[in-house]
Amino acid sequence: MLDEIIIAGFGGQGILLMGRLIAHAGMLEGKHVAWMPSYGPEMRGGTANCTVIISSEEVASPVVPNPLSLIAMNLPSLDKFEPLVEKGGTIIVNQSLISRNIYRDDVEVVKVPANDIANELGNLRVANMVALGSYIAKSKSVKMQTVFEALEQTLGKGSEKIIELNKEALKRGEKIIIG
Amino acid sequence: MEERLLMKGNEAIGEAAIHAGCRYYFGYPITPQSELIAYMAKRLLKIKGATFIQAESEIAAINMVYGASAAGGRVMTSSSSPGISLKQEGISYLACAELPCVIVNIMRGGPGLGSIQPAQGDYFQATKGGGHGDYHLIVFAPSSVQELVDLTIRAFSLADKYRNPAMILGDGLLGQMMEPVQFKEFDEKNIPSKEDWALGSSHGRKPRRIVPFDLDPNELEKIVNKLGQKYQDMQKEVEYEVVNIDNPDIVIVAYGSIARIVKTTIQKAKQEGINIGLVRPITLYPFPYAAIEEVANKVDKFLVTEMSLGQMVEDVKLAVKGKSQVSFYGRTGGVVISPIEILQEVKKLLD
Amino acid sequence: MGVKKLMKQVFTKPKSLTDVPFTYCPGCHHGIIHRLVAEAMDDLNIAEDTIGIAPVGCAVFAYLFFECDMIVAAHGRAPAIATGIKRVKPDNIVFTYQGDGDLASIGTAEIVHAANRGEKITVIFVNNAIYGMTGGQMAPTTLEGQITQTSPYGRDSKTMGMPIRICELLSTLNSPAYIARVALTKPAYIVKAKKAIKKAFQYQLDGKGFALVEVLSTCPTSWGLSPKEANEWLNEKMIPYYPLGEFKNVEEVS
Ligand SMILES: Cc1ncc(C[n+]2csc(CCOP(=O)(O)OP(=O)(O)O)c2C)c(N)n1
Ligand code: SF4
Repeated sequence: MLDEIIIAGFGGQGILLMGRLIAHAGMLEGKHVAWMPSYGPEMRGGTANCTVIISSEEVASPVVPNPLSLIAMNLPSLDKFEPLVEKGGTIIVNQSLISRNIYRDDVEVVKVPANDIANELGNLRVANMVALGSYIAKSKSVKMQTVFEALEQTLGKGSEKIIELNKEALKRGEKIIIG
Repeated sequence: MEERLLMKGNEAIGEAAIHAGCRYYFGYPITPQSELIAYMAKRLLKIKGATFIQAESEIAAINMVYGASAAGGRVMTSSSSPGISLKQEGISYLACAELPCVIVNIMRGGPGLGSIQPAQGDYFQATKGGGHGDYHLIVFAPSSVQELVDLTIRAFSLADKYRNPAMILGDGLLGQMMEPVQFKEFDEKNIPSKEDWALGSSHGRKPRRIVPFDLDPNELEKIVNKLGQKYQDMQKEVEYEVVNIDNPDIVIVAYGSIARIVKTTIQKAKQEGINIGLVRPITLYPFPYAAIEEVANKVDKFLVTEMSLGQMVEDVKLAVKGKSQVSFYGRTGGVVISPIEILQEVKKLLD
Repeated sequence: MGVKKLMKQVFTKPKSLTDVPFTYCPGCHHGIIHRLVAEAMDDLNIAEDTIGIAPVGCAVFAYLFFECDMIVAAHGRAPAIATGIKRVKPDNIVFTYQGDGDLASIGTAEIVHAANRGEKITVIFVNNAIYGMTGGQMAPTTLEGQITQTSPYGRDSKTMGMPIRICELLSTLNSPAYIARVALTKPAYIVKAKKAIKKAFQYQLDGKGFALVEVLSTCPTSWGLSPKEANEWLNEKMIPYYPLGEFKNVEEVS
């Protein structure tokens, strides 16, 4: 198996954490993974993105010019990365912040009202987990249970409440795909 | 099997150093290696007897290293390109005084303030001396987070073995990326004692002097010749990786993160029926001249790819000795070369 | 009249600033300081004769923002570069704009010696008690106990020293003509800051000697505070340790 994912959005949307959780879960399942963030002062300008590669083979290039999957959490990210997605790839769109349609007709599109669902859950900050849940369910690149485990290991003891909320958000995202 | 941990390159270097018994770190923040100094602060400030100092400058940091090493400490400093330039005077002194230490350079675009994106423009500086005078560092070029760990540990051991500064030459890509890593058992008993040369109390022995000069040319020449002999001896530590070199159409020579990108090029080329080989130097000093020459006996086309205007390519040409055609493809400024670009270059050369 | 003047100060763009939008975070004082420097340049009508030196730090982009000749220095070396420029062009106005890492850490030697030589330059020193550009490491001016990336358990004065007070330090030298510390957290402070900055340029015009204005500044991003909280933190924590006022003024001494 192989998935190459670009996740992009505003700084502060928890973009880098989404990527880390996929990579971490992949590692727990014994897969080869690599995670690469954008870095530097441009992030202050408001955008952040990261690349995750998850594969049954050793990861060669950690840079991915044309991802198989894109999770676009805001409009500038969609504008920037939509043209780069591989033919036949998948785009997960945060519908709450992106009203425009996808121009590409050779990719699969999943629309997720991530912010709206997060608001329903009472915390806008878990919008990232909603979108991540949909991605996991759609791609099946890792198991949801392993993402939970990765979440627990990343956030650690003392964050039980936050972990529960995040899990809830992941499940809501999953539901969009599996109904 | 040891536990697999997901770590950022910069943090993995720090953990590897501590794992290898390094208890002294002196540095100054700079992107894209700042996670390393922050990691050392977090860890060393909690270890009794260990020292972490954010120095006032890279110049101060490298001289703190000079002092700590002279006193027998297992010591490391780290920076990125502009900061490494500032350290050059101190590195030259360390080499002359034969003081072991590990210096990490997470390269970014240059020259000048350059950029903060990954680059490989410090190859000449790292492998040909860098500061003034006749000297060399032992230089490692890791290409994965696991190698950052393994080679950092090895760098400490070779630095002690040769009493010479060793350098980890990474780049922003390796420093920033996360991959799973494992830490193999390390026995601190393997750290050689420095009791026979380090400064300390001179009870029961003659006072020692660590002196990076001699005004008598004949005496200084003896010192430099001794260093020269050491650099000869170091040649046996050469390390490299070869991929697919039995009967390739062309061989690429690349190091560090670019070598990984080349591996993707190799996979893509295979689908198009093009057979690409790879020689990846793991030590840049000593450089695998003999290994490359051997490949040149069988393959008549070489391509060197670097994130620079072409630096390592000069060593490859020396190694190939005119037996094969050596071409170069590079990007600079912090632009990372893509696998497709390299494939296009290969196709051009094979046409 | 006071209000009208203040409105003018805040809302019209000085001629000495370009049209390039600032790259600073919301609530960061760098932008206000740029404005005050530009207003002083406007008031004295010196922009066309001024050469500015941008540091390495968040203000590295200052070279884009001032409508005068500009050069970017190596980290910490601006006072040495200013020296070189001023000696070649003594009739021009030369200023450096430097952060606390730039001026008080890596560039300590350069600032002390430029001040000691009495170089006829103007130094704008932005003290935000942290390294902004590189993501929030300890600065020499970081307060005791303050948590940063490289003082993760708080600045410990036993091993990391106490925060350096640059104005007081440089005031022990004979040569400087003008040294003052200002803040921007209240309208009255801004008025004083503007006066100090103007004076620091006026003294150079008059050939009086080295002038430095330290501006206590916020870095909401690296402090992890909202702009409002950052202002409060500056008032409550920084001003008690870094008293405002003039530390040296040749005018009043001689
Ligand atoms: C020789 C060298 N060392 C380190 C750096 C990295 N660096 C860039 S800006 C900076 C410090 C920024 O802090 P400060 O001067 O306080 O300015 P601020 O960003 O807070 O305005 C450092 C360490 C560099 N560019 N060059
Ligand atoms: S990081 Fe701090 S100093 Fe830099 S622009 Fe942002 S608020 Fe200002």
